[in-house]
Amino acid sequence: MRISRRLVAAAAAAGLVASAAAACGGDDGDKGGASGGTELKGVKIEVAAKWTGPEEQNFRKVLAQFEKQTGATVTYASTGEDTDAYLGPRLEAKTPPDVAILPQPGLLQQYAAKGQLKPLADDVVTEVQKNFSPYWKDLGSADGKTYGVLAKAAYKSIIWYRPQALADAGVQPPATWADLVKDAGTLQDAGTTPFALAAASSDSWTLTDWFENVYLSQAGPDLYDKLAGHEIKWTDPSVAKALQTLAQVWGKPDFLAGGLAQATKTKFDGSVTDVFGSNKAAMVYGGDFAAANIATTKAKVGTDAKVFAFPKAGGTAPALLGGDVAVAMKDGKGAMALMKFLASPEAGKTWAGIGGYLSPNKNVPPDSYSDPVAKQLIAQMQAAGDAARYDMSDLAPAAFGGSPGKGEWEALRYFVQHPSDVKGTQQRLEDEAAKAFK
Amino acid sequence: MARQEDAPPPAAAADAAAGGRRGRRGGREGLNPPSWLAGGFLLPALLLLGFLVVYPIVYSVVRSFFDASGDFNGLDNYTGVFKGHDNLVAVRNTAVWVVVAPTIVTIIGLLFAVLTERIRWATAFKLVVFMPMAISFLASGVIFRLVYEQDPDKGVANAAVVAVHDTFAGKTAYPGAGPRAGQDQPVRAEGSGDGVPVVTTKPVEAGGSALLPLLRVKPEYLPDKPVPARTAPAAKPGQITGTVWFDFTKGGGGTPNAVDPTESGLPGVTVQALRGGKVVASTETRADGTFTLAEVPPGSYTLRLPKDNFTAAYGGAEWLGSTLITPAIIGAYLWVWSGFAMVLIAAGLAAIPRDALEAARVDGATEWQVFRRVTIPLLAPVLAVVLVTLVINVLKVFDLVFIIGGGDPNASVLALQMWTKSFGEGDQGTGSAIAVLLFLLVLPAMLFNIRRLRQERK
Repeated sequence: MRISRRLVAAAAAAGLVASAAAACGGDDGDKGGASGGTELKGVKIEVAAKWTGPEEQNFRKVLAQFEKQTGATVTYASTGEDTDAYLGPRLEAKTPPDVAILPQPGLLQQYAAKGQLKPLADDVVTEVQKNFSPYWKDLGSADGKTYGVLAKAAYKSIIWYRPQALADAGVQPPATWADLVKDAGTLQDAGTTPFALAAASSDSWTLTDWFENVYLSQAGPDLYDKLAGHEIKWTDPSVAKALQTLAQVWGKPDFLAGGLAQATKTKFDGSVTDVFGSNKAAMVYGGDFAAANIATTKAKVGTDAKVFAFPKAGGTAPALLGGDVAVAMKDGKGAMALMKFLASPEAGKTWAGIGGYLSPNKNVPPDSYSDPVAKQLIAQMQAAGDAARYDMSDLAPAAFGGSPGKGEWEALRYFVQHPSDVKGTQQRLEDEAAKAFK
Repeated sequence: MARQEDAPPPAAAADAAAGGRRGRRGGREGLNPPSWLAGGFLLPALLLLGFLVVYPIVYSVVRSFFDASGDFNGLDNYTGVFKGHDNLVAVRNTAVWVVVAPTIVTIIGLLFAVLTERIRWATAFKLVVFMPMAISFLASGVIFRLVYEQDPDKGVANAAVVAVHDTFAGKTAYPGAGPRAGQDQPVRAEGSGDGVPVVTTKPVEAGGSALLPLLRVKPEYLPDKPVPARTAPAAKPGQITGTVWFDFTKGGGGTPNAVDPTESGLPGVTVQALRGGKVVASTETRADGTFTLAEVPPGSYTLRLPKDNFTAAYGGAEWLGSTLITPAIIGAYLWVWSGFAMVLIAAGLAAIPRDALEAARVDGATEWQVFRRVTIPLLAPVLAVVLVTLVINVLKVFDLVFIIGGGDPNASVLALQMWTKSFGEGDQGTGSAIAVLLFLLVLPAMLFNIRRLRQERK
């Protein structure tokens, strides 16, 4: 479920913050700090986000810079894991925070439909247009009005691997899906199980991410958007093709650590430790947030644990993101000024320098990231440009894209167990989608 | 949510009823306060009860007739509970739980209670059995999730099963190993799938040598200090020699099907020479992977590495697979609740009049007869209470299923469905319907317990 992913993301920041602390000291000094702006002196702004611990501290540093530039006073409130449970009652009581950061675009649509959000002012929209590709602007829009700024991203088009295992088998990180399958065979010949797959009911979101990467790569962004909105059916041939492609890996129990019996009961954290803790497999899927799980093993991110881009299975190099959207919930100069700041490359650069952060803002150059893995990811993400997409299952209703043991999660888990039953899997997916998209 | 706790506590209800009756029987109405005063004192409690218990129950019932978005849909939510594969599985599992879990827990509790009655360290033993009750269900769930872990290196259940299995079955030398895929290889697999024999593609003449390269050998099965493979010395007449080795150079780059210097031999592999389907000679490989088949009559042979060399390692039972998952979770439930049943039954046992047992023994009854014909009938009221309490408890079992099952639809029960429908999928209509259904199922058990308590007071 989403919660686990968010928890992991929170912990990921903890893992990265250590390396960031060193880098942060050498920053070029706060440009805005010298002037010490006063245009918003005395204005109080409240921001609510789910972040706690190191993530919260990092965000507070970014807010501090805004305070310095404008003279406003910003207070931070933590929403806890269930953002809607926190914001819902405050919206009912008409005392929402000025700015809230939502963990999924679905919430933005929900609040916008109820008229609980304030559209962005023109100058903020200009800032968004300058820094983000149109897809991200649309993601933060509802009914033709722009409400959101994608403040922070999670990057999901990567596979983590153990360099030693690949070196022992004499293979290079693959660039295409065909190479991935071939390398997996070579790894197996060498006596190393190629993959650890997390296909337990509770963590089958990894399967949806595998699928989305392959689908985005083969069918391209346009079909991807259609499938995400259930404008084409899951029985579409493009889905069949993606499933057949996935079966080249999922359909070989010898490729999966512990075989099928174990893979279908492995949780995400277990799959990561299978690779980096007990060396039982060579590669594992996981977004940038997997760094936190790797930190619990003896392996070091960057040396014992590296990433390669999710291999191209078709014409497009997949670039899949999750992320948090900032929205304004109250009128006022302060809220809009903060939204503009969050959309600016400046905020992104500051945050990137602190660490534990990725930005879809195209004007935040890779150089501003303090963490080497983040640098690599951001380069990949920016190379994808306008083809980058938001995680499809997170855009779908929770019953389809976000519930353990149900919907897309369980249908793809069924496919792992019955990799030859492409038709049956598609039918299951379509049945579940039809129920959820009403 | 109309969970079972929301109903008035049985003791309180019985108290009120019994108290009222006692008042009337005594015929001392004069001492009772005026009814307005009594009402005044009761008001805070009634308000709380109404606000915290009655209102939620009533609201749940009302809500259960409306769909997710709040439109009236009659009994659809109720019929929906019995439609669709996943829902039916949840209903079936709940039935299994209600029948199996309380029965076994009561039986085990009874056994423990009777057996510990006579031993010296009874209190210490009972303390240990009761201990799991002190751990929260959530923590117990996490513990048993680990116990049932599939990998025998992690899950203690499978570690035990595999240890027992391997004691009797003997270990395989190189599970999963096999020949290189593709045509024109010196060896091929006979048949397909896991653990099939490997045979030479071309026949080998007596007095000749053969190379039998294998791949996919997992490092954990290689010898601790692997000896580099060696090409077997030329065979003398009447012999066949050869090498069985792991044909993969670390880091890649070796020549396929040739013995490269860093490749390691595979000791302990059984090699057979076959002629016309019959085994003519058999031997095992040495540390460097070479072997010599002696006393082979002239002619051509097929060399075979029998499947015993490659049978996949036994991985244990699939505890959390679709068939075993509910029994496995019930197992965890036993661990938690046996102590509870034992303590209650032991208390009942202590209250049994000793002279009844003595009389039976004097009359010549065997210990089994005493247990069966005297102890159990005298204990019956206690056993019934334990059983019914457990039934109520089992109907709302949630935590263990949620944690150990991890969302697997094969493990689902009604109480879990109620939660996932209401809060996972946002369909509070269906969730309320399930809640009301559970409430109705619990009701007979509650009434039974209340009646029993009343009878005891008489």
